[in-house]
Amino acid sequence: MSYFKPINKHPNLEKNKLGLTRRDYEGGVSTLCAGCGHDSISACIIEACFRLNIEAYKVAKLSGIGCSSKAPAYFLNASHGFNSVHGRMPSIATGANCANEDLLYLGVSGDGDSASIGIGQFIHAIRRQVNMVYFVENNGTYGLTKGQFSATNDLESKNKYGEDNLFPPIDLTSMAIQLGASYVARSFSGDRDQLVPLIMGAIQHKGFALLDIISPCVTFNNHDSSTKSYDYIRNHNEAMGKTDFVPLGEEIKTNYDDGSSVEVKLHDGSRLSLEKTDHNFDPTDAGNSLELIREKNKEGKIITGLLYVDNKCKPLTEIMDLPDKPLNTLEQDELCPGSEVLEEINKGLS
Amino acid sequence: MLLFPEDPQECFEFSAEAFNLAERLQTPVFVISDLDIGMNDWVTDKFEWDDEQKYDRGKVLKAEDLDQMDNFGRYLDVDDDGICYRTYPGTHPEKGAFFTRGTSHDEYARYTENGDINEQTLTRLVKKFRTASELVPNPIINLSEKQGSSGVIFYGSTSAAMYEAKDILNENNIEVDLMRIRSFPFNLDVWEFIENHDLIYVIEQNRDSQMRTLIMAEGGISAEKLRSLVWFNGDPIQAKFIAKKIYERESQQTLIT
Ligand SMILES: Cc1ncc(C[n+]2csc(CCOP(=O)(O)OP(=O)(O)O)c2C)c(N)n1
Ligand code: SF4
Ligand SMILES: [Mg+2]
Repeated sequence: MSYFKPINKHPNLEKNKLGLTRRDYEGGVSTLCAGCGHDSISACIIEACFRLNIEAYKVAKLSGIGCSSKAPAYFLNASHGFNSVHGRMPSIATGANCANEDLLYLGVSGDGDSASIGIGQFIHAIRRQVNMVYFVENNGTYGLTKGQFSATNDLESKNKYGEDNLFPPIDLTSMAIQLGASYVARSFSGDRDQLVPLIMGAIQHKGFALLDIISPCVTFNNHDSSTKSYDYIRNHNEAMGKTDFVPLGEEIKTNYDDGSSVEVKLHDGSRLSLEKTDHNFDPTDAGNSLELIREKNKEGKIITGLLYVDNKCKPLTEIMDLPDKPLNTLEQDELCPGSEVLEEINKGLS
Repeated sequence: MLLFPEDPQECFEFSAEAFNLAERLQTPVFVISDLDIGMNDWVTDKFEWDDEQKYDRGKVLKAEDLDQMDNFGRYLDVDDDGICYRTYPGTHPEKGAFFTRGTSHDEYARYTENGDINEQTLTRLVKKFRTASELVPNPIINLSEKQGSSGVIFYGSTSAAMYEAKDILNENNIEVDLMRIRSFPFNLDVWEFIENHDLIYVIEQNRDSQMRTLIMAEGGISAEKLRSLVWFNGDPIQAKFIAKKIYERESQQTLIT
């Protein structure tokens, strides 16, 4: 079920530059289990859109099938939404992106939706550099269908019923970097301070942005032998330096000493400021990123934060050299070459 | 929706028409080509484009339209043809947004588990399919001079072989009425042809008589009336095969060619 929230505006609610409050970015009341990580992610998406002064009607929310894919119903009520077939969201996003590149595309998927049935689509959306934010709400299980193993579940992680997992996990972040994703981050649904700036950066980034967010399923994968439970993540999370999102024209007000942060400029001129840690890490070097992820995996740690960014990449619509005017607004006289051109083609065949 | 072109020329025509139908009916349209059409060399009529024809962009509301409405519902059947108005994302700051769900929904695209509403939604789609049957290309019907001839249904790349088979049959004093089906859902002309014949051969290039099954299922047509005539060795169907089978059945004699 979905319920609609009564809108009773509190006069003291903080407003953004559009005069909107956080409530204006909400969706229907969630029907997910109380405590589900996916709901925390929705709250962070609302926060990021509020802070970035996003106009909701210029956002398209896309998803596949799963509890995670239901989430778009629970944020941004004023945006168009599309619930595709299981694992098919990347194609819908690719098509929509070409039809109108002026919208912000938020794709919400799960580890089942992206790492199993939809993995081929996922790969090609990355390879084609579709300009979108792609959320994988990763709980290591098929939540909606009651707790089967997903392809991101760790080898040593049993399911709720005590059964062993026989196959090794797919690491979506490494895979995405290898395929050319231009913004790759991992985070945890319970770490709002880390997640909100990462979402803001992903929204401002132009190109394929993957956010692989560990998002515990309290009902089917939060037990002691799970490696995607709240407790496990809290104990094994190795957060990289803090990421701050700095909007265009604003001064950096981070607390780090001089020289202790790395800055990455995004396409629109806004910046990400990353606190330097002892990782001695350059997020624009793919080899460096892959190495770090592999090393931490080996140590049994889950590295979270901005893992990779290529701020010079060309998004799909630029690669294809599409016209500035959205394709879905082109009229017949702009699209149809007409009988004369056909006549030429016919001549060429005879 | 399915379109069945008979050759590359009709593939060209139907592909353009498929875009119009897809936008009008808001549903995918399949142009059913086959290996013969796709891979072999064909002699066809010249490809033609009529500059007067207009693209059909279907029922899409713009911001100005929304401004003049106070009741937009994505699945409201305001024209009573089963097809509802849609909006593109990003059209209007306050109006026209909706969520395309994978679940049951009401006329305003809101989630619902109300059974009556779900029945209404599914019944509207029946109406939409009826509308579709009036928009898709008609069958091509070729009636013989002789009253009471048997009928023949065929489609796609079977055409050339079928017309040649008809000539062979005519030379052997067998008359048949032909109907080339060009689309699904079937329209009234298809049902009328079936209604007007006691015996109909359904010629197909697949093992399972798929078109015959579709006709039986859609129209409640009896199995005895529709005689299956299938060819599925992988080569294009031959006129001699069709002529021989029909001749034998019609005359109760063997055809020697
Ligand atoms: C084509 C198809 N195959 C299988 C299913 C059944 N199914 C529904 S959700 C799901 C897995 C969802 O897992 P995930 O994407 O991780 O989402 P979660 O519920 O864990 O958030 C499956 C297999 C389906 N709906 N459609
Ligand atoms: S089953 Fe798991 S993933 Fe689905 S809503 Fe409940 S907690 Fe969330
Ligand atoms: Mg999952």
